[in-house]
Amino acid sequence: MKVGFLHSLIRKDEKLLLEEFSKRKNVELIMIDDRKLKFDLKHDQFNFDVVIERSINHSRALHALRLYESAGIKCVNSFHVASVCGDKLLTSAALQDNNIPQPDIKIAFTETSALEAIEEMGYPVVLKPAVGSWGRLLSKINDRDAAESILEHKTVLGTYHHSIFYIQKYVEKKESRDIRSFVVGNTCIAAIYRGSDHWITNTAKGAIATKCEVTEEIANLSVAAAKAVGGGIVAIDLFEAEDSELMVNEVNYTMEFKNSITTTGVNIPEHVVNHVLQVGGGN
Amino acid sequence: MTECPICGAEIEKAADTVVGELLECADCGTELEVTSLDPFKVEEAPQEEEDWGE
Repeated sequence: MKVGFLHSLIRKDEKLLLEEFSKRKNVELIMIDDRKLKFDLKHDQFNFDVVIERSINHSRALHALRLYESAGIKCVNSFHVASVCGDKLLTSAALQDNNIPQPDIKIAFTETSALEAIEEMGYPVVLKPAVGSWGRLLSKINDRDAAESILEHKTVLGTYHHSIFYIQKYVEKKESRDIRSFVVGNTCIAAIYRGSDHWITNTAKGAIATKCEVTEEIANLSVAAAKAVGGGIVAIDLFEAEDSELMVNEVNYTMEFKNSITTTGVNIPEHVVNHVLQVGGGN
Repeated sequence: MTECPICGAEIEKAADTVVGELLECADCGTELEVTSLDPFKVEEAPQEEEDWGE
């Protein structure tokens, strides 16, 4: 089987996947650097059976996946999954469509309507860019003064993307942690707690990962969230509220796992590669 | 072996190094990208962009 490996920079996560692919017989990897890609829509023919997407740029991943699928190539993840997960608004809509529990969300398109939405929701709220990752540009807004200031800054200084105001009710997290679960196909294979003294609990922002047992509740909610966005290989961020209710915060489609293998004892790249080869083989 | 373009420290190539791989200079901590294996070359890695992430 020929596997296209779509990438930009090769991080530890990609190295682990490359190592896992190298162990498999009858698998030929074709490295595709998204910085060197050129598509020719009328003439493109690709010499691989499946593409695994590991680009660090969301926009490149999204558009490359669309064009590979147009050319008849199976992709992991699919364009649909990338488009839904790459935009928090679309993720929340998909979760809502499928009655998946999530924090209260309001969307507004102007500074004035966003301020009204925030006041209706009540403080504190979290303002997030619809497209973005690693906990960047998140704003926890505790009062009207901060709301007015941040909304004005986003309107004046941000690109048009920042004027799609995605407002999430702030959730006080149990034990100052959230849960990151990993779903491959129809199975939740592992989970970690991400603990931090800061309200942002991304490991990219310094949160500490510890093992989290995959309970039936975590597994069921994670798999349901994965199905809601289109399936495939995704990492789900779960909030565990003070009353222990679980809800889905975000779903990530180019999941990072390098720090979760030792923590969980689960060979995550092995599961990922198995799934990619299954998809490539038509299963 | 090659040099860090920022501080001049020696950067070694491992047996499994691949083009595009991120390395960190042990001396100055700069994040480097491998741009060629033979000859072995590295450049300062690209700066984070707005749509980078998971």
